[in-house]
Amino acid sequence: MLLEINSLTKRFGPITAVDNVSFSVERGEVLGFLGPNGAGKSTTMKMATGYLSPTAGNVKVCGYDVRSHPIEVKRRIGYLPEGAPLYGEMTPFSLLNFVSDIRKLSREERKHGMEHAIESLHLQRVLHQPIETLSKGYKRRVGLAQAIIHEPDVLVLDEPTDGLDPNQKHEVRELLERMASSKAIIISTHILEEVDAVCSRAIIISQGKLVADQKPSELEMRSLYHNAVGIRVSYENLEQCIRVMNQINGVRSVEHISQSSQLNHLIVFPISGADILTKVSSALDENKLKVAEIYLEKGRLEDVFRDLTLNEKGAELENVSNSNVAKEVAGHA
Amino acid sequence: MRNVYIIGSRELAAYFTSPVAYVFIVIFLALAGGLTFFFGNWLERGQADLQVFFIYHPYLYLFLIPAVGMRLWAEERKSGTMEFLMTLPISTGQAVIGKFVAAWIFAGIALLLTFPIWISVNYLGNPDNGVILTAYVGSWLMAGGFLALSSSVSALTKNQVVAFVLAAVLGFIFLMSGVEIVQAFFRAWAPPKFVDAIAELSFLTNFGDLSQGVIDIRDILFFASVIGVALFINTAIVEIKKSA
Repeated sequence: MLLEINSLTKRFGPITAVDNVSFSVERGEVLGFLGPNGAGKSTTMKMATGYLSPTAGNVKVCGYDVRSHPIEVKRRIGYLPEGAPLYGEMTPFSLLNFVSDIRKLSREERKHGMEHAIESLHLQRVLHQPIETLSKGYKRRVGLAQAIIHEPDVLVLDEPTDGLDPNQKHEVRELLERMASSKAIIISTHILEEVDAVCSRAIIISQGKLVADQKPSELEMRSLYHNAVGIRVSYENLEQCIRVMNQINGVRSVEHISQSSQLNHLIVFPISGADILTKVSSALDENKLKVAEIYLEKGRLEDVFRDLTLNEKGAELENVSNSNVAKEVAGHA
Repeated sequence: MRNVYIIGSRELAAYFTSPVAYVFIVIFLALAGGLTFFFGNWLERGQADLQVFFIYHPYLYLFLIPAVGMRLWAEERKSGTMEFLMTLPISTGQAVIGKFVAAWIFAGIALLLTFPIWISVNYLGNPDNGVILTAYVGSWLMAGGFLALSSSVSALTKNQVVAFVLAAVLGFIFLMSGVEIVQAFFRAWAPPKFVDAIAELSFLTNFGDLSQGVIDIRDILFFASVIGVALFINTAIVEIKKSA
């Protein structure tokens, strides 16, 4: 286990930013760290990299405790902090040299590390320009370059693709995939498609608490849309189609999503995520119903994300309003 | 030691990529020269020494050194680079010392650039160059004292202006603690030993002997301890600030 986090807690005064979070990452894993803004993602990463000290709990990197052996831990981690803060007056070249010096890279390690970082992040063109004059995308890539230059065992990247255009995002994802086999990687992100694209596991954190730790596909299964069947059908056949779908055994509900002059979009939800695609298609055949399109929903991460991160807040709001009502009632009495 | 050197070199290079460095050096040289000639009446005095040159250094440093030190940590905190720096495999102490030494060397470079006045005095007469050397070293030590105070204060805030003002005020207290006004204030109620102790903390008193070429080990130890204690506190402040 390259990275182990045990009941990590961080309080800032009365606020609990990270609340008893535990997880671990093995070599070969890419862990997607999800959560709304302010959920505690960055705080957790700052503790894992030894910047913030935890209020309780511990972090172990390659077996070293971050509090008792901070230098050993930092040596083995490559870290891209949130917003990729770098010394603006330095050039990417001088910055990478500075990091290589501090990290005590040997001549070969430095040569190889610099070449690899510069090439895979396409920094050749801006190598000798002050970082403060670079675009957001280049700054982010310089930040990534300094994180990977020493071939760290553990890579912690806080929003690595923020500010990159779609091509650059794609390149960074490919880079992560290439490096994944030899490292343990954690990335935090808001972009859910990214989780699908690169992560072998996803963690969702909400209000400092861990609410899910699963494979992206397993998370999708928690979605209402998991195994739902989408159908696009012409207006003439709409009524009949809805009727037929509702008669199928195992269908919970049929939703009419959108309507245009030509095509209507229906979604057929199964009872408890059962596989109903074959039933749906044979029912369509039996009734000789022509449809323009029929597809299977894998499940929507976005949906699961909202569900997991809004539920608690909703419950809390309800509690507050209930207690307010109670107070009001008491006042009147 | 190696890390201190790497951090220090980076920091020193950073000074010279910003216009602040050149502005600082020009203003320091202009003020140091101007005060010596116009207020110190150096030429009219007709004495082959640099007494009136060094006598203004404490006051110059009071305002100029905070300008050098204010950015040391405040800028790191504001731009977020502190997180980048402190997650590299270095200790907080190494970072604090490296950054301080860079700024101190920078101040030393500005001080060395006053060499034309040393050439002038040697051209015009036969000064005691040992005295002048001692005074230069003393001046640099005092600059280190002011700088260590500025560096600590700089770690307290993200705002460089606040860092500047706080450093100037703190410097003023250390500078003036030997002066009669401050002494009188304490003498009214404090025991004499305490009053003497406060006077001992004065930059003016401790620089006084050195500027006249008297090498008193106590003066050197004094500035060394001010630097040491201030940097120790600086390290503690950085540790606290990065964890809060």
